Amino acid sequence: MQKITCDVLVIGAGPAGLAASIAAKQEGAEKVLIVERDESIGGILQQCIHPGFGLSYFEEELTGPEYYARFADKALELGVEVLLNTMVLDIGDTGVVCMSSKDGLSIIEAGSVVLAMGCRERTRFQLTIPGSRPSGVFTAGTAQRLMNRENAMVGRRVVILGSGDIGMIMARRITLEGAEVIAVVELNDYLAGLTRNKVQCLDDFEIPLLMKHTVTDIKGKKRVESVTVCEVDAENIPIPETAVEYPCDTLLLSVGLIPENELTHKAEIEISPITNGPVVNQYMQTSREDVFACGNVVHVNDLVDNVSLESERAGQCAAKYALGRLKKAEDVIQVQPGRNVRYICPQEIVNSGDGGEINLYFRVTSPEEKVRILVKTGDKVIVQKRALRVNPGEMEHIRFDAKEITSPDLTVEVMKEAI
Amino acid sequence: MKTDVVVIGAGAVGCAIARELSKYELDITVVEKNEDIGGDASKSNSAIIHTGYDASPGSLESELVVAANPMYDKIVRDLDVHFEPVGAILPAITDEQLEQLPAIKDKAMRNRVYDVEYLTREDVLRMEPEINPEVRAALYIPRESIIDPFVLVQAYAENAYANGVHFLLSTKVTDIRTGDGCVQSVITTGGEIETKWVINAAALYCDEIAGMVGKRCYDVVPRRGQFYILDKNTSCKVKHIVLPIPTKTTKGRLMCPTVHGNMLIGPTAEDLDDKSATETTADGLESIRIDVEKLVPRVNWRDAITQYSGLRPNRVPEGLHVDTYEDLNGYINLSGVRSTGLTLSVAMGKYVAQLMISLGMNAPFKKNFVEKRKGITRFADLSVEQQASLIEKQPLYGNIVCRCETVTEQEILDAIHRPLGARSVDAVKRRVRAGTGRCQAGFCTPKVIEILARELKMPASEIMKNEKGSYYVVGDMR
Ligand SMILES: Cc1cc2nc3c(=O)[nH]c(=O)nc-3n(C[C@H](O)[C@H](O)[C@H](O)COP(=O)(O)OP(=O)(O)OC[C@H]3O[C@@H](n4cnc5c(N)ncnc54)[C@H](O)[C@@H]3O)c2cc1C
Ligand SMILES: Cc1cc2nc3c(=O)[nH]c(=O)nc-3n(C[C@H](O)[C@H](O)[C@H](O)COP(=O)(O)OP(=O)(O)OC[C@H]3O[C@@H](n4cnc5c(N)ncnc54)[C@H](O)[C@@H]3O)c2cc1C
Repeated sequence: MQKITCDVLVIGAGPAGLAASIAAKQEGAEKVLIVERDESIGGILQQCIHPGFGLSYFEEELTGPEYYARFADKALELGVEVLLNTMVLDIGDTGVVCMSSKDGLSIIEAGSVVLAMGCRERTRFQLTIPGSRPSGVFTAGTAQRLMNRENAMVGRRVVILGSGDIGMIMARRITLEGAEVIAVVELNDYLAGLTRNKVQCLDDFEIPLLMKHTVTDIKGKKRVESVTVCEVDAENIPIPETAVEYPCDTLLLSVGLIPENELTHKAEIEISPITNGPVVNQYMQTSREDVFACGNVVHVNDLVDNVSLESERAGQCAAKYALGRLKKAEDVIQVQPGRNVRYICPQEIVNSGDGGEINLYFRVTSPEEKVRILVKTGDKVIVQKRALRVNPGEMEHIRFDAKEITSPDLTVEVMKEAI
Repeated sequence: MKTDVVVIGAGAVGCAIARELSKYELDITVVEKNEDIGGDASKSNSAIIHTGYDASPGSLESELVVAANPMYDKIVRDLDVHFEPVGAILPAITDEQLEQLPAIKDKAMRNRVYDVEYLTREDVLRMEPEINPEVRAALYIPRESIIDPFVLVQAYAENAYANGVHFLLSTKVTDIRTGDGCVQSVITTGGEIETKWVINAAALYCDEIAGMVGKRCYDVVPRRGQFYILDKNTSCKVKHIVLPIPTKTTKGRLMCPTVHGNMLIGPTAEDLDDKSATETTADGLESIRIDVEKLVPRVNWRDAITQYSGLRPNRVPEGLHVDTYEDLNGYINLSGVRSTGLTLSVAMGKYVAQLMISLGMNAPFKKNFVEKRKGITRFADLSVEQQASLIEKQPLYGNIVCRCETVTEQEILDAIHRPLGARSVDAVKRRVRAGTGRCQAGFCTPKVIEILARELKMPASEIMKNEKGSYYVVGDMR
């Protein structure tokens, strides 16, 4: 078994891993190594051939491959090393075990580790959609991979469940390929993905969006033959009288992503039951002090631009840790979700006393209009901002200086504006 | 074509019979309508090797199940099948249930299952902390066990094949010719097969087969069972088979581990008339949740990774039957292999062979019978050192195709290239578990399709999920 040593080890070469590795290098880490199980770098962006990336980070509109290429070029230029076709199996106490067919099993001893494994898709079974189990039920990302990376068309008449971004983008993609998208079906009365994707991917192509509907049955012995769609009541329970059966050969699911935390779980790192990703502090440091995390493995992001920013922090702090320059996480404050806040990331803040910018990302529980977003230390408001509209499908962001924290109670809340 | 014995159906029972008969100098042909060995009911059941404690005392089912259970210690070693004698616990939660325990124990004794014991409330909660804390007492049935049902049937079939049995897959029996009081031949979608013996192990369709020789004196009414499978990492797990105490109307829903560490919960029992109704239903699944929470209150349904259902080949009138007929030599009819067929398969093989001997089958014992079968090496189960040396010898062990279950490319190649190998994505899945994890094949499906297409030299559009027509891709994009 070969032994490898490095200062910072990054697991995953998606946008998160790439940005983290660059920042680690820039912070002064000498040997930064990315381990990636795929045969090429770029992560999920390799199959995102549509535009819409980089609007805030680069202030221009790029495709997925164009976006990650910029980071990839930079990383290579800085001398980041990459092991492809190599899967990390375990983050043990004595080293990280990984494997490839070329080099067999290796053990990597690293000063610090950055988790950047991305996420996976929720399936029909996690939603317990009953019915038969034919071929032709795909998660939207799998269909996207088949179409954009394997050049294989998945179906001719398609129903899409869930108004997540991937689902809406695939609705457009499938339409452009000459197949028919019968409808996009969404359980809630608000969109799961970004409004701009609804406009650009559904409205522009006249694809019907059925809000407050769900799929209640799948029929077909071999290949999907039809799906049944029902309206739901206020409690999201299907109303049987409203059932409509749509003949189709394909059902795509865009019903949520789950951070890919097999390794995190095995390493006994604390995982948040809400995000399903590791609990982190503002350094993106997990409950194991030499392990950092960023990107979709921490919490599912809708915009890769946020991933890049967050990952730079992770890479920088991981390098500091490896070089012995990161302060010990001692006085830790939990960030509490207040009114209409589902979760906040980072969940913890290390109050070192010497300040520093804190970026809190969070999602609301339910959509609301004309609100004020507040961060409070005890009863005192540190920052606040107004928002015309908040939506669970769109991540919110608020920033302040750690110096402002004066109480162990730190809360983020969304309040209705007084009229 | 000419053969000595035609076995109809490559489920657990058909394959076990074929394997047992392959110990004799006989030419044996198994005819199976599906594209893969593995059966129908045999791939969608609770995967329990029963003891027979609750069988009807004195019945043929009691005899065969009780005989079969101890045979598993050897058969799983010979055939390299994952089996674990985890034991079952039958908790009494209510007073009413408590009163029933002595009768259940008494019945077990009458079935010659003598090792059933009482457990106190403290015993139960120590052995199985997730059981409803209101439990009063329980029965413990140590030899109720769990098995990998897919590999069991594959192992029977592969070993039978190694001993010269022919398998005709994707071949349906459509008629049986008789004459002079004997079976003459079997007509299939692949042609006519002349034969001396016909063994009907067609389970759900055994009534139709019996009809082909004018012996249909019963019907098969499918009784559906729906199940949940939960993630290996679910927060609430049990170590034993936790069985409900049956009521007058239902046997109830159980919860147990699978040999791979998932939780299996179910089944329902719904009589239907459609023999292909293997869908799940919202009502059926809900009834499982309600029932099982009475036994194990903290079950975490959010950790469900799949749901499925199977059809029990329920006979009306009821009961397990192995019939022969004075006016029809060479024909053996099995029916009512309903809820314990996986378990009794190994004993059924012996029983049928002995029956044939009593009816004049006098082929000698084979001298060179191959007793053992080696399964596919499962990379994930090896130590790090073993894994390292395996990759050195065969680099494709270093390519992980299914990330959830850690299945390597070499294992998939083994599944495809071994005798009676996999030809579809589901067939790969049943052999090496690719796609059975929490992402339910979202990640590995494109890769498995690619590997099958490459190895079988077919375009991706011809790779099926299982049967013909269950394609994934409709063609190239441009
Ligand atoms: C289908 C889809 C469409 C999207 N569309 C848009 C859009 O239009 N605009 C936008 O701004 N954002 C979009 N996003 C969001 C954005 O792409 C993601 O937030 C971003 O890609 C997440 O980056 P990541 O590096 O965390 O994960 P990923 O890109 O998934 O990268 C994770 C990498 O880790 C590797 N890995 C995982 N486990 C291991 C292991 N054990 N060993 C080795 N390597 C491992 C994986 O192979 C992968 O390469 C989209 C996301 C998806 C999924
Ligand atoms: C919900 C459920 C739970 C169960 N739990 C357990 C358990 O825990 N333990 C246990 O021991 N048993 C259990 N059983 C019972 C067990 O699964 C069955 O008794 C057993 O699998 C029957 O095996 P078989 O080979 O007879 O039938 P099958 O597996 O159904 O095989 C019959 C084969 O015959 C083929 N066939 C039919 N007609 C034709 C034709 N005309 N031409 C060619 N081929 C044909 C079919 O394609 C099929 O492959 C359960 C069953 C169900 C449904």
